[in-house]
Amino acid sequence: MAVIRTEHLSHVYSEGTPFVKMAIQDVNLSIEEGELVGVIGHTGSGKSTLIQHLNGLLKPTSGKIYIDGEDMWADKSKLRDIRFKVGLVFQYPEYQLFEETVYRDIAFGPRNMGLSEEEIDRRVRQAAAFVNVTEEMMHKSPFELSGGQKRRVAIAGVLAMNPKVLILDEPTAGLDPKGRDRILGQIQEYQQDQQNTVLIVSHSMEDVAKFAKKVLVMNQSKVFMYDDTEKVFAHAQEIEQMGLAVPQVTRVFARLAEMGYPVDPHTYTIQAAKRQILDLFDAQEQKQKKGGM
Amino acid sequence: MLRDITIGQYFPGHSFIHKMDPRMKIIASVMYIVILFVSSHPLSLLLGVLMVTGMYMISRISARMVIKSLKPVVPIIIFTAVLNLFFMTGPSEPLISFGFIHIYPEGVRMAILMAVRIMCLIAGTSLLTYTTSPIELTDAIEVLMGPLKRLKVPVHEIAMMMTIALRFIPTLIEETDKIMNAQKARGADMETGSFTQRAKALIPILIPLFVSAFRRADELALAMECRCYRGSVGRTRLKQLEYTKRDAIALVVMLACLAAVILVNIYL
Ligand SMILES: Nc1ncnc2c1ncn2[C@@H]1O[C@H](COP(=O)(O)OP(=O)(O)OP(=O)(O)O)[C@@H](O)[C@H]1O
Ligand SMILES: [Mg+2]
Repeated sequence: MAVIRTEHLSHVYSEGTPFVKMAIQDVNLSIEEGELVGVIGHTGSGKSTLIQHLNGLLKPTSGKIYIDGEDMWADKSKLRDIRFKVGLVFQYPEYQLFEETVYRDIAFGPRNMGLSEEEIDRRVRQAAAFVNVTEEMMHKSPFELSGGQKRRVAIAGVLAMNPKVLILDEPTAGLDPKGRDRILGQIQEYQQDQQNTVLIVSHSMEDVAKFAKKVLVMNQSKVFMYDDTEKVFAHAQEIEQMGLAVPQVTRVFARLAEMGYPVDPHTYTIQAAKRQILDLFDAQEQKQKKGGM
Repeated sequence: MLRDITIGQYFPGHSFIHKMDPRMKIIASVMYIVILFVSSHPLSLLLGVLMVTGMYMISRISARMVIKSLKPVVPIIIFTAVLNLFFMTGPSEPLISFGFIHIYPEGVRMAILMAVRIMCLIAGTSLLTYTTSPIELTDAIEVLMGPLKRLKVPVHEIAMMMTIALRFIPTLIEETDKIMNAQKARGADMETGSFTQRAKALIPILIPLFVSAFRRADELALAMECRCYRGSVGRTRLKQLEYTKRDAIALVVMLACLAAVILVNIYL
């Protein structure tokens, strides 16, 4: 059964004012359990609006959202439980830190869930371990940490609630490539370990290609495509027409294929690219050997 | 939501009053306040009412806005009216005597005058913020307070602080919205619970908000320094304030009204 399902979901901001804005329109989605989904789209295409619906922070203007088959807005008193089930990490989450120590900040979510002290302690340590927050950092004030460290603490704060679905809005914005790979690697590890569903909003096609099993493409407040990663990148041209960049390797390989080399034009990871190029060289070498004999 | 709050209720427009020099508007507002307080005769207060009605008609601001601006002061109006009604005594016979309460005709008269005066005061001064953008307003305040510089009052700095504060109100509202959502996503519960529980629930919002406000202030100070901001010394303006014929007309009208009120006071 789908963990998250939406039916004709639409949202209009500032309805009834001159600033009215249709942010998402007729979104029909079905996200299965255990999937790692990359969400891409232009700025302003409605990504953040969509994901804020998935844990009940925004109320749909029209349409329905089902979490585990249950209509989210049918019973408002259950909304808080849904927020524990669907964990949302906002863009620049480091600005939400407030406690005296890192440990207490990570414990904020689990404490709100009303868990026992031992369980809270266990969850905090587990979440901290996932994002490499060290024991030494745990007793510091969150305001003493570097930007990347703060980001990891903030992510741990949501991981500690152990949500069934984890949604991250551009978790790597403003980080250097190393910090970016690190956070994405840790999220991937978490997903594999817990077998949870994870959605990551990202502007980096390279990142999406690297980690996501499925890709959701938003365009002008509508879902443009939702499919397996390779199938989505098979539509490289359409995606580029929307003004989004496909991974650079994909462009290189499309061009190589155009030039007549026997490569797959829908290559989108460095690993696959490397393998194909090595194969190509091997084939060439063999041909030369044959020719020499 | 929070976003729907509008502060510095400015309604852009192109009326005579909108186009007046903001300095003249402040001066006129002060004169209007003086007129209201000088007028003790019903006739002169009637002039005050006519003036405010006329000004709203010229500015084309809807009557709904007048009602909206009066709403918060209704308790004050009622309170003063009641006080005047019960505690004002006069030489004539009381209209009603009920136990220790005596209501004199002077009390009734005073209660009505007071209520009208307060309503005119609020409606008239609201017009200033309705028709002047906050930036124009602070510019005008800076110029009008200029003479205080002699007394070593940091006039420019005060005006700059006001401008910055006004500029950051929407930013901070947006930020509050964001932080509230982020903490709600972590299960913060702000809508239920006792008063102390709710007050406590504000901590996770206020601390990040303060931290970010300080960070923004720091960044802004740095950015201003990078652009060689060094206070008012030698600073010129892109938009020079200039008095026009319009302002002269307004001044003459205000002076005439003030004179009329004073004459009414003397001769009636
Ligand atoms: N609170 C709001 N009030 C009014 N309009 C809004 C609000 N939030 C977003 N919008 C508008 O809705 C549209 C979608 O915004 P959204 O934040 O969902 O885009 P996004 O895909 O997340 O963009 P980005 O990649 O820049 O984060 C935009 O046009 C935006 O201007
Ligand atoms: Mg966004």
